[in-house]
Amino acid sequence: MMHDTKKLLSCAVLPTSYTLSDIEQGAACCVPIPHIQVENLSVSYHGKSVLEGVSLDINKGCITALIGPSGCGKTSFLSTLNRLTDLIPGCHMQGRIHIDGADVTDPRLDVLALRRKVGMIFQKPNPFPLSIRRNIEMPLREHGLSQRSAIDERVERALRDVGLWEEVRDRLDAPALALSGGQQQRLCIARALALEPSILLMDEPCSALDPIASAVVEELIQRLRNRYTVVIVTHNLAQARRVANYAAFFWMTEHVGKLIEFGRCQSLFDSPSHDLTAAYVTGISG
Amino acid sequence: MLARVTGGIALAVAVLLGLVLMLLVRESWPVLVGGGWTRFFVGDGWFPSSGQFNLLAMLWATLAASLGALLIAVPLGVLSAVFSRFYSPGWLIMPLRRVMVLLAGIPSVVYGLWGLTVLVPLIAGWEPPGASLLSAILILALMILPTIALTSEAALAAVATSNLQGAAALGLSRKGIVLGVALPAARVGILSGALLATMRTLGETMAVLMVAGNVVQTPASLFDPVRVLTANIALEMPYATGDHRAALFASGVLLMLIVTVLAWLAGCVGARSNA
Repeated sequence: MMHDTKKLLSCAVLPTSYTLSDIEQGAACCVPIPHIQVENLSVSYHGKSVLEGVSLDINKGCITALIGPSGCGKTSFLSTLNRLTDLIPGCHMQGRIHIDGADVTDPRLDVLALRRKVGMIFQKPNPFPLSIRRNIEMPLREHGLSQRSAIDERVERALRDVGLWEEVRDRLDAPALALSGGQQQRLCIARALALEPSILLMDEPCSALDPIASAVVEELIQRLRNRYTVVIVTHNLAQARRVANYAAFFWMTEHVGKLIEFGRCQSLFDSPSHDLTAAYVTGISG
Repeated sequence: MLARVTGGIALAVAVLLGLVLMLLVRESWPVLVGGGWTRFFVGDGWFPSSGQFNLLAMLWATLAASLGALLIAVPLGVLSAVFSRFYSPGWLIMPLRRVMVLLAGIPSVVYGLWGLTVLVPLIAGWEPPGASLLSAILILALMILPTIALTSEAALAAVATSNLQGAAALGLSRKGIVLGVALPAARVGILSGALLATMRTLGETMAVLMVAGNVVQTPASLFDPVRVLTANIALEMPYATGDHRAALFASGVLLMLIVTVLAWLAGCVGARSNA
């Protein structure tokens, strides 16, 4: 009991001075404090429904993995959380998503402010064809930071957070595209972190990387736990199992993606309550 | 088979270029050797009948007209490309592009006609005589605008969707995406388009000849009539003989040198983009 209370306290008040080197291993640390609340969410493209009736609460400071076969709406779900769906012609979403009390689906919402708060990492690393420094600096300037020293500090902190600082400190003005794939992906994460988001969306962030780079990025994702709410799409079930506190299993029924099961990562993998989940996690992992 | 045909054609083109260069040099040889190349840049001016072949005034006029046209056409062309890629409603994109292609294809003599009958009188009403460096600049700007707009648009279209998506995901506004990501990413393509257009402004003869007034003088103001190098060749070639004729060929060599330098620059820019 004592233990639980202590845990609850440590998670409820997220310390601002939290350092990345503190790695929280093991099971879900956090008590359920919903950060993202999704109610009855549906997504359609040109009238064709791809995702229906998704409701779940994503907890603060935890890593939530979205698993399931390709084409079952995981990426669509992810893109609704930062309204990147707005960019897709013919895309329409219904339902309600609350982040920090604001309704994400509200058409009057300040989408730019939302996206600043909800960072996104893509499957293929997508650094801008600019220098390493400019990749991080440019979005900061866009969001109104103009003081040179403040920018330099943020650039360094973001690069340190992703473990890239020592590797690139001597060549900050070199083109970002000259970095290796894994470094590029970490730069993209740094670029998102520099904006001080509270949520990070990751769309298969390791799938385009070689195994070693993939392991580095995976370790980085684990270190983001507690500091950020992370929602990660992955086809790598072993990875989901290693990094995630919670897992959501999506499946396509009648050509429409649905959320089949959502819960603690461990219980979803070890004792799934739904037959489809059981078949998927054993079929692919076993 | 195809390799042989294409290789043969490529070789033929190279040989042709060599022949043109050789002809230019051979024809200008007497004056190059006779008085030395410095005589094109010193002396009282362009008085072919008394053996004075100073090309500087016309060189300045050529460069001023090109630079002026670029200063107008590059910003406008890039803005037009940005509009059609990022701001234009969908239905407007194709018609806009068609108009640009059409404009790019209008023969220069037609631009000249328009310039002569509309532009020159307009400028004359403001500051006579009308036929001037300014009218040359405006005509050239109009002529290269579609080229710059089309090449810039192609360069912007080649910016990876993943970059634009990434920029949007960082909460960048549309303006931020254009200025922060799209234009920097497309800069090499835009620059090559501008260099291509520069070559055209340097080489353009007919339209400029029709509107520039053709007085050999270093322009002191935008309203001064000027003669560019190409117009000079076209105007005087029919009656030039001896050293005069050779000097005209030499100015052809000079033009080719300038264009070669630009082409080399364009190559450097292209190489940098691949790095």
